[in-house]
Amino acid sequence: MVQLKVNKQTASPLAPFKSNQESTENKIVYDTRQLNLWYGNHHALKNIDLAIKENEVTAIIGPSGCGKSTYIKTLNRMVELVPSVKTSGQIIYRDRNILDASYGVEELRTKVGMVFQKPNPFPKSIYDNIAYGPRIHGIKNKKILDGIVEQSLRGAAIWDEVKDRLNENAYSLSGGQQQRICIARALAIEPDVILMDEPTSALDPISTLKVEELVQELKQNYSIIIVTHNMQQAARISDRTAFFLNGEVVEYDKTDTIFSTPSDKRTEDYISGRFG
Amino acid sequence: MASNDHQANVSVQDMIAKQKGKKGKKRIEKSIPVILFIIASISVLTTFGIVFTLIFETFEFFQRVPFFDFLLGTEWLPFSNNEPLFGILPLIAGTFKVTLIAVVVAVPFGLASAVYLSEYASDNMRRVIKPVLEVLAGVPTIVYGFFALTFVTPLLQQFIPELKIFNALSPGIVVGIMILPMIASLSEDAMSSVPNSIRDGALALGATKLEVAVKVVLPAALSGIMASIVLAVSRAIGETMIVSLAGGSTPRFDLDMTDSIQTMTAYIVQVSTGDAGYGTTIYYSIYSVGFTLFLFTLLMNLLAHVISKRFREEY
Repeated sequence: MVQLKVNKQTASPLAPFKSNQESTENKIVYDTRQLNLWYGNHHALKNIDLAIKENEVTAIIGPSGCGKSTYIKTLNRMVELVPSVKTSGQIIYRDRNILDASYGVEELRTKVGMVFQKPNPFPKSIYDNIAYGPRIHGIKNKKILDGIVEQSLRGAAIWDEVKDRLNENAYSLSGGQQQRICIARALAIEPDVILMDEPTSALDPISTLKVEELVQELKQNYSIIIVTHNMQQAARISDRTAFFLNGEVVEYDKTDTIFSTPSDKRTEDYISGRFG
Repeated sequence: MASNDHQANVSVQDMIAKQKGKKGKKRIEKSIPVILFIIASISVLTTFGIVFTLIFETFEFFQRVPFFDFLLGTEWLPFSNNEPLFGILPLIAGTFKVTLIAVVVAVPFGLASAVYLSEYASDNMRRVIKPVLEVLAGVPTIVYGFFALTFVTPLLQQFIPELKIFNALSPGIVVGIMILPMIASLSEDAMSSVPNSIRDGALALGATKLEVAVKVVLPAALSGIMASIVLAVSRAIGETMIVSLAGGSTPRFDLDMTDSIQTMTAYIVQVSTGDAGYGTTIYYSIYSVGFTLFLFTLLMNLLAHVISKRFREEY
């Protein structure tokens, strides 16, 4: 696997509430080792080995049913909502195996935020949507919450559009705005990693562009793992790309390399549009 | 595939045209809406008929008893020989007591059941519990009435010695049990229709199952839940057999739960099963009480309607 050196990132003024003490030097944030996953008898992920780097955008591409969504949902264990799921192997996140039964899912999901395929704001006001995460984790002070809401909405580049209508229902917004509300909602608890499961597949091109720009800004402070159907999107926004096929990682490398000189014939066929 | 492989010369379009040409089909098609309209009108006309009967007979009642005596009177003594009194408040108090106890019993238990069924129960569990709840809803109220009189009241007397054999507490609890499945089932429907994507959004923020249920699903389903409660209250107000059997027949304008009461419905039963002659004041009084009852349930149903419109959270 190629090791990529990235210059130490400076703290962004967009998210000043995010602590940046720890070194952001290209450490590994998620180290997946020999991960296997079954839905009942269906072997959905096969011997996945993948080391995901901090403060990078890692794109996961592949045709439908290749296991890319399953993989990203394993990283915050949302996959366990499917009752018949079984896993083996390890996913080391910050020195601990998250697949350990002793690792609390709530604790994990507090550190690893997620943005879904379809915008799924709560049927509440914009303000309450953003404040939900901090509130369930015990932050009740109105002033602090006000600050978090503003910072998160700014962080998701939607503050100017909604600052005068924070008490309106989030469903009164357009789809693209809703998706950025969902990103802001994830930012509000200052996660370490943000998982994005095809976050632009339900959006129009302009909203997609906005979300893509946002991802570029967010990677200064967060590690981002994004599943995408859209290869151009992966090429535009990611630092590294993993190509999944039939539950296996065919190739994982710097995005430039994957899209210019892939080493596997199947990767080349997929990115050149011969199948998928 | 060619369109007429199997039918050498006749195309599907030709066959369709032939079918369409058949006589009678058009006439049936045209008369159907008329027939359906007539059938639908029957229930509407019946409703109007009932309301008009109530209004006319109630009007007749107020020719004999002054309106404000009825509305504000605190004594209901219709069978008194020298001076009968028709103050509705004691009957309303009886109905109110039973309804209040029923709500106190049914709302927490009904909502807890609904949360369990929609958020925690496995599919198998739900498949067992829901039909059982529906059986509970289908028990005839006369059975509930005997249950209240012969089981619940003696049981309660173990703990509350001063409880009379006819009282408000026992039928109140049993009416609560009767409306519980309605709240549980309708609230569960409302909660189950909250999309899973919204639950996922909360879980992904590190929320526990309880936090998802209480802070996301309950508020999202609030309109349905409120409507179910109001409809259940409206059934409790109109409930007749349980209160007639176990509540007694002593109209009383107070807040004592342990003594015999009489509800509006129980009074109507008392008069109807007795031998009040046609045209007497007592005869007309059951219409006035019935009309009052009708206003209460109508109000409740309107309230349910308004609530489900007003609190609808769009998702």
